[in-house]
Parts: sequence; C-alpha cells; structure tokens
Amino acid sequence: MEIFEIFEHTFMLRALIGGVLISLCASLLGVSLVLKRYSMIGDGLSHTGFGALAIGAAAGFPPLEFAIPIVIAAAFLLLRISENGKIKGDAAIALISTGALALGITVTSLSGINIDLESYMFGSILALSDNDIVLCVLVFIVVTVMFVLFYNRIFAVTFDENFSKAIGMKTGIYNIIIALLTALTTVIGMKLMGTLLISSLMIFPAVISMRIFSRFKSVVITSAVISVIGFFTGLCISFYFSTPAGASIVLVNIFMLTVFSIAGYVKNKISSKKNIV
Amino acid sequence: MNELIRCENVSFSYENTGVLKNLSFSVCDGDYLCIVGENGSGKSTLTKGLLGLKQPAAGKIIKNDSLKSGGIGYLPQQTPAQKDFPASVFEVVLSGRLGGKHGFCPFYTKRDKQDAHDNIKKLGLEELMKRSYRDLSGGQQQRVLLARALCAGKKILLLDEPVTGLDPIVTEEMYSLIEQLNREEKITVIMVSHDISSAVKYASHILHLNYDNSFFGTANDYLNSPDGQKFFVGK
Repeated sequence: MEIFEIFEHTFMLRALIGGVLISLCASLLGVSLVLKRYSMIGDGLSHTGFGALAIGAAAGFPPLEFAIPIVIAAAFLLLRISENGKIKGDAAIALISTGALALGITVTSLSGINIDLESYMFGSILALSDNDIVLCVLVFIVVTVMFVLFYNRIFAVTFDENFSKAIGMKTGIYNIIIALLTALTTVIGMKLMGTLLISSLMIFPAVISMRIFSRFKSVVITSAVISVIGFFTGLCISFYFSTPAGASIVLVNIFMLTVFSIAGYVKNKISSKKNIV
Repeated sequence: MNELIRCENVSFSYENTGVLKNLSFSVCDGDYLCIVGENGSGKSTLTKGLLGLKQPAAGKIIKNDSLKSGGIGYLPQQTPAQKDFPASVFEVVLSGRLGGKHGFCPFYTKRDKQDAHDNIKKLGLEELMKRSYRDLSGGQQQRVLLARALCAGKKILLLDEPVTGLDPIVTEEMYSLIEQLNREEKITVIMVSHDISSAVKYASHILHLNYDNSFFGTANDYLNSPDGQKFFVGK
C-alpha cells in the first residue's frame, strides 16, 4: 500500500507523534499569545534556543537539556521587559532574537563543529529521537493539564489584565506560566520545525480560527483541531513530494488562512444583512 | 450612615514625585462619588490605591469589613486589544466571578453561572448573551463590562471613565443606567470622570483632585467652591 507508506518508517511515526503533540501545545498557547499581542515572543524564544543549542553543542553539553533553562530565562526576561516598558516589547524581542542568532552562528563557526545549519534553521523530520518523543509527551501533559486547570484564569488575564489584578488575581503568575510553557514548547518544537518556523505553529492556528469563531472556547478548540490538520497535511506533503517539513506545514496553514478569511468575510456579510432586516 | 471607605491624610507618589498629598475623604453606603481633576492630577493613582494595587506613601485607606468578601466591582478603561477579542458576552461577564473567594477551584460553580445570568438580565443584555463581545457597539461593550463588575462586587462599583469614546446619546444612557444602579439597587458608585458638568448633575459627592489642596464635599457645595466656580463661570 503506497498511501500508507508514510506510517511504515519509524522516523515518520516519530515525527508524526511528536509533531501532533507539539502542534497541540503550540496552538493552545498561541490563542493567548496572539490575543495578548505577544505573537513575536515564540519567534524571539526560538532564536534564543538556536543560540543556546549552538553553544551547548560547542561546549559538549546535551543540547536540549542545556537550551531549555536558557530559553525559559529568556522568556522571563522578555515578559519583564515588555511590562517595564523602558524598551518596548517588540524592540526587545528583536534585540534578543538577532543577538542570540548572531552569537549562535559565531560560536558554530569558531568551534569548527560540523552541524547541519539548514536543519537547525528549517527543521528536519529526521531529527527527532526516541528521547525527544518522551520529552514531547511530557511537555504535552504539562501544557494540557496546566491549560485545563487554569483555563478560566488564563481567559481572564488574557482578556483584561487590569481587571484581573483588581479582583485580586496574581496576574504575574499566569504570565509566568504562559511564558514557561511557551519556552518549553518552542525548544522541543524547534528540531522538527526549525528555528525560523516554529512560531508559525503558535500563531497560525489561532489567527485562522479567529477569522470565523468568535467565542473564546470555540477559538481554543478549533485552533487545536486546525493545528493538527495543518501539521498532518504538511507532513504528508513533505513526505510524498520531498519538500521541507516545516515549510510545507506553514504553506498548508497559509492556505487554510485564505480559506477561513474568505469564509469569515462571507459570514460577516450574511450576518450584517440579517441585522438590517 | 455606614462608612465603606475612608481615606485619612493619604499621600501617593509616582516614580518618586508626589502626586497627591494629605488627601482625606470618605465614601458611605449609597453615595455617588465623582472623582474629577486634570490629567496627571492623580486620578489613576488614587484608583489603584482604592483597589489595593498601590500602597499610599503616607496615611491610611480604611475599608469596611463588608468589602472584604465581595470586593469592589471595577470597570477599567478598555484596551485596544479588547475591542476585537473573540469571547461571548457570557464568558466575559462570568470572568468577574473569579475574584478572591474562589480559592483554588479551577472551574465555575452553578452559583457563579447563576450570578452571571442575573447580572446580564439586570443590565438588559439577555439578547446579546451568546453574541461575541467584538461584534458589539461601544455602549454595549461597556454594559457587558459593567455586568462583569457587578459579578465581582455587589456593594461598590468603581468606574474609570465609563463614557470615554461613546457618542452623546449612548453616554446619556450609560449615565442613567449607573444612576439607576445607584438609586434602585443601592449600589455605591465611585466614578472617575473628565466630564465635570455630568459629574455635578448625577453625583452626590465630588472629589476634585489637586495635589495638596483637593476639594471634597457634596455636589452642591462643590458648585459654590472656588474649584467648582472655575468651571461654571459664565454658564
């Protein structure tokens, strides 16, 4: 059966399982990030992750274990800076991400270690090891449990931080939780999607589902579904047409965004006509 | 009358510069207090102080014990990010129930939902309940946030410039809705406002902030005070 050939390779199974789990995590967090206008944070964190991986590899540390704490630290730093406002959040992200990228590239070329730069940048479906899958499962469990437990509070903080503070919620903690989970998801997802493309997993599904859905709960649920569809379709395309995996997934997402935008436009037209009548 | 909040010689500073000095006033059950003053006179700082988000540099803010359980129902100014937020009216109003007493319970109880329903009804939002917040007009959005504030606190509403960006007709509707809540539901209202003529029209008390020489008194006294005269000369 040629169609099911995709499931016969262990590396594809790994990419599939790991990718679906990471897509789900990313899409859940993405809704909050997009609505809080923090879309670029995933991008900034993945660049930091690249820098950390490069340094880790050069120094002979296990790269992922080395990168995770550094990216978490960067996530805290980014949130802090965004809140304090001396340097604006978007500028801070640009500073940190280009800085980390520059550092990573320099260390890589100086150390003389031969790493496959392209797969770091754009991801590789061959990249996931059994260990990575275990990490993916762990991150997935942490993200979903946290998200379900704090769902109502995440909604409140995302919708209105000032109000949440006023009714006595510790909004800082929820921002930290979101930053922490985003950092974890980013580092784990980087191998598969690549430094430059991982943030698409967070942003696209949320933006796509917001074209049509207008309740928070339905946006969260559809983003999760959309992210899995986008990932699976992209991976299949990548396998059968030998295109780069990360890029194929992004292209599928762009296609879905176009379809949903048109559908959302039509939906608005119809409902505004209804209101006039 | 039952005193709900009393400020005694309160001073606030912001980034090491004094904003307010020696401010004393009190809010009683059923009052309608308007806080007015120029930009930078410390209205937002005082709001934060009343909500307990900022400690005064000197003096005391004393709150009645009855405020500790229900809290203050706060209506903040809208942020740009909120205007196109995908959330149903019910979801937004319900989030007002998250305040304090919930403890660690991650989900809403039946009582929470009932309370949200009641407040939606009270503000005439039943037909909009399933609609999305982002599809509502400015005035409707403000009503939704008011319903959420009622979910958070039944005794006092603290409204931060509630009519900003509303057209004149909707502004009047908003004012009479707030008046109705104050008169009929006996909810104490503290409103931060730019609109001094409406403040005098609706409020029972006025607090005019002015660094170390703030005015506090009834709306009538305010009209005869030097602060009030400044605004109403020639009218």
